[in-house]
Amino acid sequence: MNGAGPTTGKGKAVAVLEMRSVSKTYGTGAAQVHALRGVDLSVPAGTMVAVMGPSGSGKSTLLTIAGSLEDPTSGDVLIGGMELARMSRNGKARLRRRTVGYVFQDFNLLPGLTAAENVALPLELDGMSARRARAASLQTLDELGLAERAAQFPDQLSGGERQRVAIARALVGQHRLLLADEPSGALDSVNAEEVMRLLHNACKRGVAAVVVTHDAQLASWADRVVFLRDGLVVDQTAPAAGPESLLSAGPGGRLPGAPRMGPGQ
Amino acid sequence: MSVRHALLALLSEGPKYGLQLREEFEARTGEVWPLNVGQVYQTLQRLERDGLVESDDDADEGPQKGFRITEDGTAELASWLRTPPDLASPPRDELVMKVLVAVRMPGTDVHDVIQVHRRYLVELMQQWTRIKEDEAEFDVSLALVVDAELFRLDAVIRWLDSADGRLKRAAADEQPLLPAASLPRLRRRVGVRR
Repeated sequence: MNGAGPTTGKGKAVAVLEMRSVSKTYGTGAAQVHALRGVDLSVPAGTMVAVMGPSGSGKSTLLTIAGSLEDPTSGDVLIGGMELARMSRNGKARLRRRTVGYVFQDFNLLPGLTAAENVALPLELDGMSARRARAASLQTLDELGLAERAAQFPDQLSGGERQRVAIARALVGQHRLLLADEPSGALDSVNAEEVMRLLHNACKRGVAAVVVTHDAQLASWADRVVFLRDGLVVDQTAPAAGPESLLSAGPGGRLPGAPRMGPGQ
Repeated sequence: MSVRHALLALLSEGPKYGLQLREEFEARTGEVWPLNVGQVYQTLQRLERDGLVESDDDADEGPQKGFRITEDGTAELASWLRTPPDLASPPRDELVMKVLVAVRMPGTDVHDVIQVHRRYLVELMQQWTRIKEDEAEFDVSLALVVDAELFRLDAVIRWLDSADGRLKRAAADEQPLLPAASLPRLRRRVGVRR
């Protein structure tokens, strides 16, 4: 009840994701597009960073580079302190399977596999025995309140459940970095909140997350919001205030911005 | 927010004391809207004057004085619930004014001005969202109040985003800015009363 907030290893520990002056240029000559221009981003364990920006600001490029799906034109990307540029293709693929979980807007579940099989898949691809992968999958599904849906196929699940399965797949095993691109997609606001709550809880357990979104309601779950414009980080929110700051009375209100009332209005 | 009708609503459940009314009002709005004792008594006096509530005549003024709703009060409450709040006339929005001014002010980057406000609003939303984290203490009334605040702030951010994009496109097309008197013109065009 002291409301200390998520302080897990902040400051001291090696950031799970570190991007240093990362630039990405597509095309050449007149057709050249600077998708990212010298982006610095550090995401420690236990922290959720939201990246906001209009379409074409470089949000998705930032995420694919953070997840080592694409190489930067210049700059360094480190995951768990390991420099991606120094790793072999196989090494990067292994890192992606073991450390990084992805959540996409359209869920990307395989329709022919059950929820449990979808979640177990990344572990099996990484060489884990089917039995152990299944046990890990069921455990993660259980943690996300999906134990009863484990045997269902994606088309038997609601949109909200499908996205929760996708989150389970992103979190299963030793995944320490979660990268999400508009994770609530077309979900209604109640389901979208549930998705953000799950991601938030994962961060409280020590996962580092980067959530790319244009939706301020989703972004407001993050510890820090970074604003991207034309491939540049132009601004970011101050470290999030703890809950206790909300209860200190501003003039006439217990919460900042709380509407004030006059008598007999 | 109408304190008058909130008090009538509480009294519609049965007679109550002034102090009790204040406590219940705060509890039901998730303690987001604080109310001072003076406000409660002032409002109760007016309700009594208008015949919408009755008090124990013989009791002393103060926390022990009981109030109950009258038939007129019940009718007033029912009609209030179904009367839409005034959302028809655009409020004089300070933020809209600031952006309109920034567009024309020499040496000012309107996109920077927009970003200052966007960041502030997102920070405010982060603070409200923090309240949601503690599910155990997050009851339905509080959830409704917090959601209302989040949706309101979200709408302002969306407007900033769209203003940002619209201004960028206008600059790319070298579109001339609106004439300076755009607000009064709008008022005439949509026939808004002052």
